[in-house]
Amino acid sequence: MTGSDQAALVAETIDKLLADNPPATTEPKTFWGAQFDAGLAWVDYEPGDGGLGVSPKYRELVSRRLNDADAPMWNRMANIIGIGMGAGVLAAHGTKEQRQRWLRPMFTVDEVWCQLFSEPGAGSDVAGLATRAVKDGDEWIINGQKVWTTLAHLSKWGMVVARTDPDQPKHKGLTYFIVDMESDGVDIRPLYQITGEAEFNEVFFEDARIPDSQRLDEVGEGWRVAMTTLMNERVAIGGNTVPRGSGTIGVAVETWKKSGSGEQSDRRELARLWGEVEAMRLTAMRATENMTAGVPGPEGSTGKLAWADLNKEVTSFTVSMMGLEGATIPEGYTLEPTVYGTRMTERVLSPQRLFLRARANSIEGGTSEIMRNILGERVLGLPGEPRVDKNVPWKEVPRG
Amino acid sequence: MVDAITFAKSDEQTMLGSTVRDFLEATVDFDAVREMSTTEDAMDANVWNGLAEMGLIGLHIPEQYGGAGFGATEVGVVFQELGRKVAAVPLLSNVLASTAILSAGTDEQKSRFLPEIASGETVATLAVYEGAHDRAPMAGEASLMSRDGGWVLNGVKRYVTDAPNAGVFVVSASTPDGVALAVVPSDASGVLVAATNSLDATRPLGEVTFNEVSVNSDDVMADASGAIAAAMDMGVVCLAAEQVGGAQWCLETSVEYAKNRYQFGRAIGSFQAIKHLCADMLVAVEHSRSVAWHASATIEDAKESAIAVPLARSVCSDAYVKAAGDTIQILGGIGFTWEHEAHLYFKRAKSTSLLLGSVDSYRDRLADAVGI
Repeated sequence: MTGSDQAALVAETIDKLLADNPPATTEPKTFWGAQFDAGLAWVDYEPGDGGLGVSPKYRELVSRRLNDADAPMWNRMANIIGIGMGAGVLAAHGTKEQRQRWLRPMFTVDEVWCQLFSEPGAGSDVAGLATRAVKDGDEWIINGQKVWTTLAHLSKWGMVVARTDPDQPKHKGLTYFIVDMESDGVDIRPLYQITGEAEFNEVFFEDARIPDSQRLDEVGEGWRVAMTTLMNERVAIGGNTVPRGSGTIGVAVETWKKSGSGEQSDRRELARLWGEVEAMRLTAMRATENMTAGVPGPEGSTGKLAWADLNKEVTSFTVSMMGLEGATIPEGYTLEPTVYGTRMTERVLSPQRLFLRARANSIEGGTSEIMRNILGERVLGLPGEPRVDKNVPWKEVPRG
Repeated sequence: MVDAITFAKSDEQTMLGSTVRDFLEATVDFDAVREMSTTEDAMDANVWNGLAEMGLIGLHIPEQYGGAGFGATEVGVVFQELGRKVAAVPLLSNVLASTAILSAGTDEQKSRFLPEIASGETVATLAVYEGAHDRAPMAGEASLMSRDGGWVLNGVKRYVTDAPNAGVFVVSASTPDGVALAVVPSDASGVLVAATNSLDATRPLGEVTFNEVSVNSDDVMADASGAIAAAMDMGVVCLAAEQVGGAQWCLETSVEYAKNRYQFGRAIGSFQAIKHLCADMLVAVEHSRSVAWHASATIEDAKESAIAVPLARSVCSDAYVKAAGDTIQILGGIGFTWEHEAHLYFKRAKSTSLLLGSVDSYRDRLADAVGI
C-alpha cells in the first residue's frame, strides 16, 4: 500500500466508525469495541489485532480525529499499563492466539493490566529479581514477592518476569508470563505512599499457577521482552507532547496568580521554570518529528530524565510560592491512607499533593541515576562501570 | 502557530551548516585566537575574509542591498557554527546594525548603507547601551539636536560590541520627536573610540564618545524604537544559536576526554560522577537546540516571537554557562590552563549571557508574554 492509499484507508475507516457509532450516543465500551474491530485501536497492528497494518504515524491522525469528534478516549488512562505498555509487548512477542485473547478486552477496559517487575531485592537492578517459576506439566508454579505494582488491585492480568534458571547469569535465566491476578496464590496488598494514597501494591505469589500458554516468547527470553516493556514505559512517561503551559507548570502559574507573594524574584523564577518546561516540550515535539521522519536522534532519549528533575523543581517551587499557606493541607484533602481512585480530581491537583507525588518521578520507571547511565553509555558512548555480576551464575551473586 | 513549526533543517540549510563548519575547522587556529585574546581589538581576518568570499557576511540582508537574502533560520545555522569555534568575527555587530537599518531606514538609506556592510568591507555595530544595567535600551542620555539643516550628536555609548574594529556606528539618541538612530562613521570628527579590556576578548567591547559630531539629516532614521527592539531580538536569535554551538563543543570535548583519560585504571567516563555530568549536559544541549531553532523559525511571527525570543535567551544562557563550567571540571587541571581552549568557551559563555540585556530582564519579558 502506498502512503496516500494508507492515509485514505485510515480516513475512510475513521469516517465509518464515527458514522456507525456516534460518540454522543454510544456507550464508551461499545465505542472502544467498534474502534478495535475497525482496526483503529493501534492502526499499525495487523488486521484482527486492532490495527489496519499501516504506518504508525497514522496513530496521531486517529487520536486527533477522535478527539475532535469528542469520542471517549479515557481508556488509555484507565488501563494505562495495558494500553501504554502491554499492547506493545503483545504485538512484539505474543502469538496470534495470545494477541486475539488479550488485546480487545484490554482496549475496551473489560480487563485491566498491571506490570510485575520490581521486587524488594531488585530495584534498579531489576534483572537480579528472585521470584521463581518452576515448570510442572503444562503449568508453571510461581513463588516470590513483587512491589510497586500500579493498579494491581484493579487488574485482571499481570505481566510478570520470573527466574526459571538460577544457574544462568542473571539476564539469561528469566522468562516472561501473563498471570491471572484473580487466581489462587496471588495476594495483593495496597502500599501506602507519602501522599497517603495507594497507587501501588505489594503482590505475593504463593504456589500460584500459570498455564504455559500464558508464557510470552521463549523460556529464558524474559529479559528481552522486559526491555520492550520498559522502553514503552519510558516513552509513555517522558515522551508526551502536551499542550503548552499545561500540567504542573499550569498549576504553578495558577498558584502564583491566586496565592503568590507578588515578589519579582518569585515571578522571575517561575518564568525561568516555565521556560525550562517549554524547552522540554519543544524537544519532545522535535523528537516526535524526527522519529516520524525515521531519523531519531539523542533528543528522543532525554525526556524522562528532564521531566523527573524539572517536575520536582516546579512542584517544590509552587508550594514555596504559597508562603505559610504552603505548610498547610488544603480543605478536603487529607494525608490519611486511602486507596487510589477514590479521590476527587481537584484534590489530586493540589500543589501539596503534586509536590509529594513528584518525589517518585526520579525513582519510578528507571531512576534518574539509571537514566543518566543510559544517556551516558548508549547515547554518548561512555564506558560502563566495571561489573562484578557479569557472567556469574545468578545464585552466586550477593544480594541484600 | 507553534504547533505548525517544523524543526527539520532543509537540505540547503544542512549543506550551509557543513560548508561553514568545514571552512572554520580549516581556518580557525586556536594558537592565533589565544594570541588575539590578549589584545583589545581581536578580529580574525582569515575567518572574516573567508566569510566575505562565501557571501555570508550579509546573510540576512536582502539581495537587492548586496546580501544573501537568507531568513533567520539560516542566520542561526551560521551562528551555531561560529559559536562552535568561538570565532572572533564581528558578525553579531553587523547583524545588529543592519537589522536596525533594515527596520528603520528609507529605501535610499538602505541602498546607501547596506551594501558595504553586506560585503564585509565595513564593520558596522549598534551603539545603544550607556549603563551596565540598561534593560531594554532606547535613546539613553545621548541627544541629536538640529543645527544648520543637519544634526549634532552628543553622548557616550558603552559596551559597544566590536567598537575597536567598527567603521560605522548606528547610534541611538533622543530628538524632540522621539528616538532616532544616527549612522556615524568612526572617523567622523568628534568620535572617540576607547577599547575596553573584555572578559571575552574574542568579542571586544568599547566605549564610544560622540562630542559635537555633525550628522547629515540623510544619515538619521527617525522613529526608531521598534527598529532597536527588532535588532535586539535578532541579536538574541544569533546569540542563542551561538550558545548551542558552544555548548555542543563543550559536550563533545568533555565526552572525548572522559573516554580517553584514565585514572584508577579506568576511563574517567566510566565513573558515574563524570558520566552524569555529561548526561545532564546532553539534556541541556538538546533543550537549547530546540528553543534556539524555535526562536529563529518564528521571528517573523510577532505573537509567538514575544515568547520564543526571551525563552531562547533564558534557556540557552543557563545551559551554555553550566556546560562550559562543567567542561573545565571534567578536564581537570588541563581545563584550567591557558594552553587549553576551554577557557575561551567559558569566557564566551559568561560574556554572552550578559550582552543584549540581562537574562533576568528576558525572564520578566517571558512572564509578561505568557501571563505570569
